[in-house]
Amino acid sequence: MTTHVLSDTGVLTSRSLRHILRSPDTIITTAVTPIALMLLFVYVFGGAINTGSDQSYINYMLPGILLITIASGIAYTAYRLFLDLQGGIFDRFQSMPIARSSVLWAHVLTSLVANLVSVAIVIGVALIMGFRTGASIGVWLAVAGILILFTLALTWLAVIAGLSAKTVDGASAFSYPLIFLPFISSAFAPTDSMPGPVAWFAENQPVTSIVNTIRALFAQEPVGSDIWIALAWLVGTLVVAYAFATAIYRRKIS
Amino acid sequence: MTANQALEPAIRVQGIEKSFKDLHVLRGVNLDVMAGSIFALLGSNGAGKTTLVRILSTLLKADAGTATVHGFDVAAKPGDVRESISLTGQFAAVDEVLTGRENLVLIAKLRHLKNPDAIADDLLARFSLTEAGSRKASTYSGGMRRRLDIAMSLIGNPPIIFLDEPTTGLDPQGRVEVWQTVKELAKGGTTVLLTTQYLDEAEQLADRIAILHKGTIIQNGTLTELKRLLPPAKVEYVEKQPSLEDVFLALVGDTGETDTADDPTDGTVPAGKDLR
Repeated sequence: MTTHVLSDTGVLTSRSLRHILRSPDTIITTAVTPIALMLLFVYVFGGAINTGSDQSYINYMLPGILLITIASGIAYTAYRLFLDLQGGIFDRFQSMPIARSSVLWAHVLTSLVANLVSVAIVIGVALIMGFRTGASIGVWLAVAGILILFTLALTWLAVIAGLSAKTVDGASAFSYPLIFLPFISSAFAPTDSMPGPVAWFAENQPVTSIVNTIRALFAQEPVGSDIWIALAWLVGTLVVAYAFATAIYRRKIS
Repeated sequence: MTANQALEPAIRVQGIEKSFKDLHVLRGVNLDVMAGSIFALLGSNGAGKTTLVRILSTLLKADAGTATVHGFDVAAKPGDVRESISLTGQFAAVDEVLTGRENLVLIAKLRHLKNPDAIADDLLARFSLTEAGSRKASTYSGGMRRRLDIAMSLIGNPPIIFLDEPTTGLDPQGRVEVWQTVKELAKGGTTVLLTTQYLDEAEQLADRIAILHKGTIIQNGTLTELKRLLPPAKVEYVEKQPSLEDVFLALVGDTGETDTADDPTDGTVPAGKDLR
């Protein structure tokens, strides 16, 4: 059966990509909130925030905005997976001679494609609003790599939510804290401006190291130890979420 | 074991038990389904019909007992069982975002068949869905959706098909359509195990009927055998059902006889009072 993993995953991925093409509003909705935030922060709050660096505010906050984009985008992955489970098509797939892991991988790959498109839209708007970077192709690829890891880690969290949710709302509600996390990080203001306990949390939560890494990459500054902390968080979350998701899946289909 | 498949029943269930926490849904179910026959599992809601179908289609593991489908043990050889069956679940398992045609192509590709497009066109024609084939399944009526659902189950010609309450929620025309489909399937040699809570459905379709009640099979036989067991009053009740349906079908201008004249009162026939 394992010989079919790739072809089955391909067939099922093209199915759920077709879902997205037929309701492009999911991608647009995903991009609209971060774009609104970006406008708000750049043109309303940004002037009052002292970032302590000489880069423009949009350059400063874009990394955080990109993470918010992905965090809100993965809610749709949980939503689509939940609908499959509810609708009975999941049972149909499971009763067919197909590679069983392909059902999940199709959703994961679709999530990756959809989120990268949303991220590209947000970056496009940011460029219009004055975002500039002298980053080389190699640096862009590094940023893309980090965003892909971030998407995968969060997508497997979304798979857990989609598999274990009892209601549609429950399937997507898990993403709210993830969307909120960048606000208590270095994404919009430097952490040393925050009161003690908040600053401690902000400095030690994953988003800060990821934001700092992407920001340094775009500004062509040394990334320091942040990149290793960021990678440790990303890979760690990915491995744990993947393990949990597949365990729940296996229990569900056994 | 697979050598004398023809002599063995297509489905053999022996002592299957299943509990969900403290709820004993199946308490030792035994039944055999002969190859090429239509077997109806009759029972009220919560009798355990769906649980048994889910065990037989490898979606659920039994706590005790054995079941073989097409000669393969469901617990030991689930992969081989899945090669031999198709499941049409209680809720039409179609992808509503895709068109009818795309749904069929999807399943054909997942069954690794050649010419998925030709298979889809053929099935659309067989199920009178050619016109609707390019429309999203979400625009289909209940009967059309169920027909598409069953068409999807036929892809790859599995020798055994499970239909879990195939007509629940359908209007009378939709039910008649599904019945015709099931009859044609069995004519082609497919073994059909269907569950239903409707007496007339079992009566219309099944070669053998088993009554599942509180987790065990309390009766199992042909319609004639079962009728002999029922008190006359019950038989009358069963026979009354299709007659109401005939009236409805006659009124809306479908099949059936047109004797609507036997109504001495003031024409309140379509009161919509469904006795089920």
